[in-house]
Amino acid sequence: MYLRDLITLTSSSFLTYRMRSFLTGLGIAIGIAAVILLTSIGEGLHQFMLAEFSQFGTNIISVQPGKTQTQGGNVGIFGSVRQVTLEDADALRRLPYVQYVIPGLVGNAEVRFEGRTRRTMVLGEGRDFDKAFTMKVQSGGFWTDADDEQARAQVVIGAKIQQELYAGRNPLGTYLRIGGQRYRVVGVMVSKGQILGMDMDDTVFIPAARAMELFNRSGLMEVNVSYRADIPADTMIRLIKERMIERHGREDFTIISQEQALEVLGSVLNVITFAVGALGGISLLVGAVGILTIMTMAVTERTAEIGLLRALGAREKQVLTLFLSEAMLLSALGGLMGLLLGVGIAQGLHLLFPALPVHTPWLYAVLAELTAVTIGLAAGVVPAMRAARLDPVEALHAE
Amino acid sequence: MIELQNVCRTFTVGDQQVAALRDIDLRLDAGEYISIMGPSGSGKSTMLNMLGLLDRPTTGTYLLDGGKVSDLNDEQQARVRREKVGFVFQSFHLVPRLTAAQNVELPMILAGIPAEERKARVQVLMKNYGLTDRADHKPDQLSGGQRQRVAIARATVMNPTVLLADEPTGNLDRNTGWEVLRLLEGLLEQGITLVVVTHDAEIGARAHRCIHMLDGRILSDESLQNDPK
Repeated sequence: MYLRDLITLTSSSFLTYRMRSFLTGLGIAIGIAAVILLTSIGEGLHQFMLAEFSQFGTNIISVQPGKTQTQGGNVGIFGSVRQVTLEDADALRRLPYVQYVIPGLVGNAEVRFEGRTRRTMVLGEGRDFDKAFTMKVQSGGFWTDADDEQARAQVVIGAKIQQELYAGRNPLGTYLRIGGQRYRVVGVMVSKGQILGMDMDDTVFIPAARAMELFNRSGLMEVNVSYRADIPADTMIRLIKERMIERHGREDFTIISQEQALEVLGSVLNVITFAVGALGGISLLVGAVGILTIMTMAVTERTAEIGLLRALGAREKQVLTLFLSEAMLLSALGGLMGLLLGVGIAQGLHLLFPALPVHTPWLYAVLAELTAVTIGLAAGVVPAMRAARLDPVEALHAE
Repeated sequence: MIELQNVCRTFTVGDQQVAALRDIDLRLDAGEYISIMGPSGSGKSTMLNMLGLLDRPTTGTYLLDGGKVSDLNDEQQARVRREKVGFVFQSFHLVPRLTAAQNVELPMILAGIPAEERKARVQVLMKNYGLTDRADHKPDQLSGGQRQRVAIARATVMNPTVLLADEPTGNLDRNTGWEVLRLLEGLLEQGITLVVVTHDAEIGARAHRCIHMLDGRILSDESLQNDPK
């Protein structure tokens, strides 16, 4: 039997029972559509988060004071945590492969310029902040004082601060009062928008030593180390850890790498994807039961036809192939329907909510279709075997 | 050509053994026209299925062209049915989803004959049986006589050596029945062996050889005067 004839024969029964075939395929379609829709959203979300994270550059390792771990009993004297200081930052700067070291802390303060006041986020940073985090300065630039501790009172302001306090005037060279102290404006950032919930435009950047003074802190919140992209994160983490233990005597700090953060993010998304997959799997299972039912019915209804085929010289295998193909055609068309439905809804959602990222990976689409066909095959096996094994004489006389 | 030796066929119905054929010895030669008659339950249909390799003897031997059929596997038996045997049934057994032409084409599709050749053969047969303008009709749009003509076209499309007809006129009115019967008898000229199962004495009497069956046995096997030879 030629493949073309097999398709003709198979689709003839499909076309005869259009409504029934459509409804049976719908079971599979809903399952596939659910999987496609949710993976599209999940994958879109994944890429969105990835882009959000990696816009700071991925080769950054952050050192934070305090070891995140749970201890039994009283923490006692060993529980006291040494601050991470500007000296630590200097020490890290001397490590190999290091490009920039940015000490950092964050606080909130009142910012005033000529009678206009705004309460805003103040980031204490290092002079290479823009380079390390691939942020763009619109005019001016970060301060250049080589010594972090002696950095003068200078400030780089976010786009929104410029807009709110300066209303179109050039802020460069003016003096801004931050928490009562005068800071010379040396740069204005390019508008960046929200990043993971932080409005980077509604922010002023001042030297870390100045911020410590402003917020009356003796230590930093973190030190960010950016390193050469060709160096593996593990190597860099080891080097930083060694240097810090050398300075602090023990591991009373926490090292977080971008890669680790991305891994955590990835595993969260994987769990979501898995849950979605399980839901879709259940719908597919229901769809498979539908196909099993319809194929069992078809074999019963067409028993006489099976007998005829045998009388006309069909082999058992040919009867098996015919019914298996029918089950597969049902599920393949159902799967296709589901693909279109899923992608359609996903794109529709994207049109309605442009902020919602949507991306259907081709691999998923192909895998989903293959899954559908496999399900059809599996669901069709039992009825098809029954059809093939019918006694031709009995089958012929069944009405 | 076909020889049954001591063939028995028993069915198990519930816990009872029912013998449909008992100790059948029969020899069919090429080109014969045989009618098998008998009341219902006498085993004539079973005999026909046996001859057409749809059924297997419980005991005894079926020799086809000198070879034992019991030695053939499913695939080889299917091949024999495909290439040497044609079936015509009382209830036509057309596939309702397919057109008349597609129904005639079906055995060739199963045999894997290329589409162009199939088309040509179907066209010739449809013309011979006066069905050309009905080729694209589904069976339910055809009259009883037309349906049986399609079935005969289908049975002969593979040029079989034996044509087995089970009550071929049973579902037809008298005139149409005779028409169909004449069509079948016309095949004898092409050297086909025709076996007709019927309980219509008038039809049975037209054959060259008439076999009467009762309770699974051959009651009589007589040559009739119709034989032109």
